[in-house]
Amino acid sequence: MSTNNAYYVPHKATWPVVGTAGLVIMLAGFANHLNGSPMGSAWMILGLVVFIIMLTGWFTLQAGESESGMYNTQVGISYRMGMMWFIFSEIMFFGVFFGTLWYTRNLSVPWLGGEGIGQATKELLWPSFDAVWPTNGPANVGGEFEPMGAWGLPFLNTLILLTSGVTCTWAHHGLLAKKRDQLIKGLVATVALGFLFVACQAYEYHEAYSEMGLTLGSGIYGSTFFMLTGFHGFHVCVGAIILSVVLFRSWRGHFKPENHFAFEAAAWYWHFVDVVWLGLFVFVYLM
Amino acid sequence: MSAVVAEHEHDEHHDHGPQKGLLRWVITTNHKDIGTLYLVFSLAMFFIGGAMAMIIRAELFEPGMQFVDPQFFNSMTTMHALVMVFGAVMPAFVGLANWMIPMMIGAPDMALPRMNNMSFWMLVAGVLLLASTLFMEGGAPASGWTLYPPLVLQTGAALPFAIFSVHLLGISSIMGAINIIATIFNMRAPAMTLMKMPLFVWTWLITAFLLIAIMPVFAGAVTMLLTDRFFDTSFFDAAGGGDPVLYQHIFWFFGHPEVYVMILPTFGVASTIIPVFARKPLFGYSSMVYATASIAFLSFIVWAHHMFTVGMPVAGELYFMYATMLIAIPTGVKVFNWTATMWKGSMTFETPMLFSIAFVVLFTIGGFTGLMMSIAPSDFQYHDTYFIVAHFHYTLVPASVFILMAAGYYWLPKWTGNMYNERIGKLHFWLSAVSVNILFFPQHFLGLAGMPRRIPDYAVQFADWNMISSIGGFIFGISQLLFLYIVIDTIKGGTGEKATDEVWEDAHKHGLEWTLPSPPPYHTFTTPPATVPTEHI
Repeated sequence: MSTNNAYYVPHKATWPVVGTAGLVIMLAGFANHLNGSPMGSAWMILGLVVFIIMLTGWFTLQAGESESGMYNTQVGISYRMGMMWFIFSEIMFFGVFFGTLWYTRNLSVPWLGGEGIGQATKELLWPSFDAVWPTNGPANVGGEFEPMGAWGLPFLNTLILLTSGVTCTWAHHGLLAKKRDQLIKGLVATVALGFLFVACQAYEYHEAYSEMGLTLGSGIYGSTFFMLTGFHGFHVCVGAIILSVVLFRSWRGHFKPENHFAFEAAAWYWHFVDVVWLGLFVFVYLM
Repeated sequence: MSAVVAEHEHDEHHDHGPQKGLLRWVITTNHKDIGTLYLVFSLAMFFIGGAMAMIIRAELFEPGMQFVDPQFFNSMTTMHALVMVFGAVMPAFVGLANWMIPMMIGAPDMALPRMNNMSFWMLVAGVLLLASTLFMEGGAPASGWTLYPPLVLQTGAALPFAIFSVHLLGISSIMGAINIIATIFNMRAPAMTLMKMPLFVWTWLITAFLLIAIMPVFAGAVTMLLTDRFFDTSFFDAAGGGDPVLYQHIFWFFGHPEVYVMILPTFGVASTIIPVFARKPLFGYSSMVYATASIAFLSFIVWAHHMFTVGMPVAGELYFMYATMLIAIPTGVKVFNWTATMWKGSMTFETPMLFSIAFVVLFTIGGFTGLMMSIAPSDFQYHDTYFIVAHFHYTLVPASVFILMAAGYYWLPKWTGNMYNERIGKLHFWLSAVSVNILFFPQHFLGLAGMPRRIPDYAVQFADWNMISSIGGFIFGISQLLFLYIVIDTIKGGTGEKATDEVWEDAHKHGLEWTLPSPPPYHTFTTPPATVPTEHI
């Protein structure tokens, strides 16, 4: 915490335009790739590289400024608000896919099976369709598949993520109590558990594609399953990378008990990812 | 709360002013610079989107096919909407927010200046990606701005570009909104309590919340379009157990709050301007705040009134009908308050006030037609006709756009230090106010008579009103060049008369921005003001 009582207003910022350029090159490249252009993926990778350079540069700048005491309490509040509202936007993003799952399971699939307003649909279009979840639709899109059970790997993954939430909090207590050893150990455990989760998830996907016939193309069940777990897995990756950076900074001796916004933000993000997983475990795997 | 702004500069000490040269505009973190960037960009987009509208009205001038082929016509209706919503109206209000909110609440700058810069450039990137689709194989998206599947999935090479453009615009809006919320909650002068904030600040606070809540929803919806087209998913395909109507539900869960994103700051600017020219406090300040919050809340629970004819269960139709009607109550509170503010005021009619009064009257017309369409059985007649086109253009053009014009006239003297030409301003107002009604009022009749929207040709019984509407459109379009002229002229010196600090009589009693010099220095309120004006309350 700085003794400085001034709100820090930076005067020039070059990273934002670099990041924007990286992102737009990446997306335009991806779009070209989807349209079958051979150079698309190269542009996509170039854009990604620029974007990663931007992230590295920008966060290095911010970490340096923070450590040199340029941010007072009020600046810290702005950052915390920014992170909180960013997580809120993420909640809304996941809400779309949870909502989609709810809508298809409770409304549109039963309608296809002839319930309520779907009577004519069933009789005229797919009279033989039996609307039972999990389904790949009346046209059996993607062929036969086996749905993903809850009590094998997914349950293990639940335990892994919950444990990582505990180790993250344990590390935070270490930071607050100035127990550097506890901070580092806790973060190492959290990051390791995070990547272990991702590895398990990758193995689960491999099983689904190679053994169970369950793919992104397996009708609405496959679509919702992979979209929800896939976006969540991506967020776990991002969270684990953020925590790795926080670990690196802790190892370098950054953060003080009264000033460690980056740690807090990473921890909030991690708990958010954790809670989303609990939702997935209940609504995607269990129910 | 802090006392002074730090001037941290590693390489150049005592650099308080802007960077020299064009690079200033690329790397700036100054809220006034970024506000200017947003406003200039949105004005350019207003004319590009307007040119598309001119193409539409030219094609509809007479029955039969005149100038463009139907595919391109549909691209024009789609792109006109997307450019106007995401390129013109929303960025214009973000520009006003950037310029005015720190000055109105006594803050040194926006709370997160670097992110502020990024949100502007993300917007430019998104719009460029969208504009690039005009030159692609298969043409720009032609499905309407709602991008409904399965129609939108037939778009050619443009589809992934349009989808990623939505992602970029969404990121831009979310970053801008987070910045505005953090600024309002964290950067106010100590004396500026929440219930003393100007209504423009209040409405933007609530709008920013809406944006953070809805832009991810739109991003999710278009992501599912992308995977349905390229990655074999079945979200919107009944054969795989999905449902195209699901897209409509998700889209309008975004889309209804989205239209309030464009109207709530409009309300805020109107509530800021009207008291100054009526020389009275705003009538019912706190009820205005609560009404804004109520409208924002209701906007999340009424979305399916956009889809009455899609085949929902009757219970859904009834619920969405009654919930929609509720919106008339807080909106009525607002219209009443504006009218009561003017009641027995010693009014003068400078250009900003003229536009604001026209807004109150014409927005009310747009509101009433909205009420007509909220009645589900009636909507079966109006749905997808020119009646809905007339309705939402009344709530957007003589409401949002008029208020943006009013804001331009109101604050241009503050921004530039020069007075604009009042005679040309009034000419611009009267031409706009008359022609906008010639343009949109006949569309009510066309819609009630059954003319569908989004068609390049029509039956001959619709010929007369279409021709009148097009004539109104051309006059309205040309009249806006006057605004462009005034903006450029005022920046260059205007009438030659220098604007005073308060510009409008006793304006300093209504808002902190009028206590600053005209134009304000590059950094303002490096120390927060000790007292704040309360006349607007």
